[in-house]
Amino acid sequence: MLSRTASHLFWLGRYIERAETTARLLEVGGRNALLPDIGGGYRNDWEAILQSNGSLPDFKEKYGDPVQRNIETFLFFDAENPSSVFACMAAARENARVVRTALTSPVWDAINTAFQELNQFRRMERSKLALSDLTEWTMRSCALIRGSIDATQMRNDGFHFMGTGFGIERADNTARLLDVKYYVLLPNVSYVGSGLDQSQWVTLLRSMSAHRAFGWTYTGELTAAKIADFLILNPQFPRSLRASVQDANYHLDCLTRGYGRATRAQSHARTMLAELVESQVSDIFDEGLHEFLLRFMARNAGLAGVIQDTYLQGNPE
Amino acid sequence: MNNAEPGFFDEMRSGSQVREAYQSLERWHSSMPDDLRTLKQSEAENLFRRVGITFAVYGEGGDPERLIPFDMFPRVFTSPEWRKLERGIRQRAAALNAFLADVYDRGEIIKAGRIPEHLVTRNDAFEKAAIGFRPPRGVYSHIVGIDLVRTGRDQFYVLEDNCRTPSGVSYMLQNREIMMRMFPQLFLENRIAPVDGYARLLKKTLASVAPDKCEGEPKVVILTPGQFNSAYYEHSFLADLMGVELVEGQDLFVEGDFVWMKTTKGPQKVDVIYRRIDDSFIDPLCFRPDSMLGVPGLMAVYRSGGVNICSCPGAGVADDKAVYTFVPEMIRFYLGEAPILENVPTWQCAKPDDCKYVLEHLSELVVKEVHGSGGYGMLVGPKADKSTIELFRQKIVEDPANYIAQPTLALSTCPTFVEEGIAPRHVDLRPYCLVGESIELVPGGLTRVALKEGSLVVNSSQGGGVKDTWVLAE
Repeated sequence: MLSRTASHLFWLGRYIERAETTARLLEVGGRNALLPDIGGGYRNDWEAILQSNGSLPDFKEKYGDPVQRNIETFLFFDAENPSSVFACMAAARENARVVRTALTSPVWDAINTAFQELNQFRRMERSKLALSDLTEWTMRSCALIRGSIDATQMRNDGFHFMGTGFGIERADNTARLLDVKYYVLLPNVSYVGSGLDQSQWVTLLRSMSAHRAFGWTYTGELTAAKIADFLILNPQFPRSLRASVQDANYHLDCLTRGYGRATRAQSHARTMLAELVESQVSDIFDEGLHEFLLRFMARNAGLAGVIQDTYLQGNPE
Repeated sequence: MNNAEPGFFDEMRSGSQVREAYQSLERWHSSMPDDLRTLKQSEAENLFRRVGITFAVYGEGGDPERLIPFDMFPRVFTSPEWRKLERGIRQRAAALNAFLADVYDRGEIIKAGRIPEHLVTRNDAFEKAAIGFRPPRGVYSHIVGIDLVRTGRDQFYVLEDNCRTPSGVSYMLQNREIMMRMFPQLFLENRIAPVDGYARLLKKTLASVAPDKCEGEPKVVILTPGQFNSAYYEHSFLADLMGVELVEGQDLFVEGDFVWMKTTKGPQKVDVIYRRIDDSFIDPLCFRPDSMLGVPGLMAVYRSGGVNICSCPGAGVADDKAVYTFVPEMIRFYLGEAPILENVPTWQCAKPDDCKYVLEHLSELVVKEVHGSGGYGMLVGPKADKSTIELFRQKIVEDPANYIAQPTLALSTCPTFVEEGIAPRHVDLRPYCLVGESIELVPGGLTRVALKEGSLVVNSSQGGGVKDTWVLAE
């Protein structure tokens, strides 16, 4: 496979995943804004949400105060915001268009149709578009794309480059989301049992569509340790760091087998996975959740860099 | 509105009679309610958009991804009509290739005085780097697009030849797919010869001209200028159908005596490059030094037989409008046959007598630039106003050698859907002939239609559309 083609497929996976994360953030923000805040008025988590995908400074410069309507525009439609749903879908589609030959027609159709529909939304009056419809549409479209990939793509190197992209992006997104809210999980005596604390935890779970899965997985009291375990170490939860790294590992292993040659990318990913498999929540809290997450994100970005050097530039080791 | 335009051959009607080949289409369109037609038309448009069959127009504002208008009314050839066209097209493609092999070698046709030397060797498209090198199987132009117009029941003319990289074949294929999907019944009522073997034939043709140094299964690639090229969709479509890599210049490099592509498994040797970029961009070391689209050193590998380039650099000298006049001569000279397809009579403004005639009859003639294409820089005398005619008169006087003129042809019309139902619109035809180990041709081509009433210009850049083209099976 052409290195350039592999690179476009890798990024295609990453952008789809990113679009979905942004939509999920919008959904949570929208829901929180419907809940009364302690001491009057309504809750406002928008700043934290913008912070989590690193776009708070850009937003402030362009729109000023975090007003919900502006945030919706910024996170969903704004082509200048690189993590808006529109920008991600457009970038995914552009990557797909360049490598049409590497995609089946159902996959292209799913991506292209999503993009055309998104363009129709952009032409509609904003008052006719409910936020929940937009976020649901995004998740449905991403599911359709992912499903088409899963059901129709050949299990060849192209498939595994997409899969690697999905895995790395997802690990990054979960880590970011956690990092923004890491302080609510800190074992602080004064928080325990307070109403705020509990609902913050639920918000965190919701932002990863995980609150029901969590309920099925853990019994007893809701604790910070359980939540951190679920989102970081639980191999069953598909957005956990461990599951995401495991996905990336699977696809890199397949690439290695297919090409008949071990690479630095594979060993890098294996080391990351081994560390997560052996870790306990207590280790993570000992290191400091924030420190752990920063270190993880750097390692994950490092993996993307090694993949770039190994496969995507056409001059393999 | 259904009546034919007087003075033009209508492909469906002869007087009040509907020709046999069109009878089921006559029933089909006349029994189709207006709202169904509107529905089908928008369905077709959606299909084109969804599949992504667009051509890109940048820098004009608006949506950069445009659709070429698709007209649902098919154009039909009977099998005897097609047989004659097919023989003529094969003959012409063979003669054009013989001509190229000759002018880059001994130049017998020039020595025999059958074509003036300056038209060939001083032609911009004549490629000095191609002299004295014989490409695999002696084939220079592997995909020959021949533009045909019809003026009567049995009267066809060749309007021009395209020996470099004729485009549009993806529309031939997709128009058919979309018609079959939308109107399956029509394909049960008419036995229509399939065109979907084109990609397989193209791959076979390209593989058959692999260089001698190639061992094993030839590695074929398509070289595209990239996603911003207006025909990018077609490039990726063909690569996909053939199952070959679509590469850009940046994906290829020269090392040793070969061309390699950068893959995730490391460098992989390339044997045949179907290039969809112009000669001057192929190799910055040999041609335009500022070209980012090509591959440095490619020409040297080509000349040493390490890779084949399709069409070969320099193939364009055979489809020049001034050389066009001599194609019937080529057919007689190389094949010893009488031309099956006629040329349009052409006046060369470079010749003083011809030029005089042209200047006296500008309002009746079509004047074209010798090297122009795409319907730009063209005068259609009978449709032009006085000031445009005067403008062209000046241009011709200033640089006569840059112009040729032809009579205004009475292009045939084919029924086409319009607001009020159907109406005759002028059409042409571009079949795609493949030349490798053998000469191959699928039964069909791209029909372009001038959607504006009375217009004779079918180019998509000038408001033309496309139709599915049927050849009825025997």
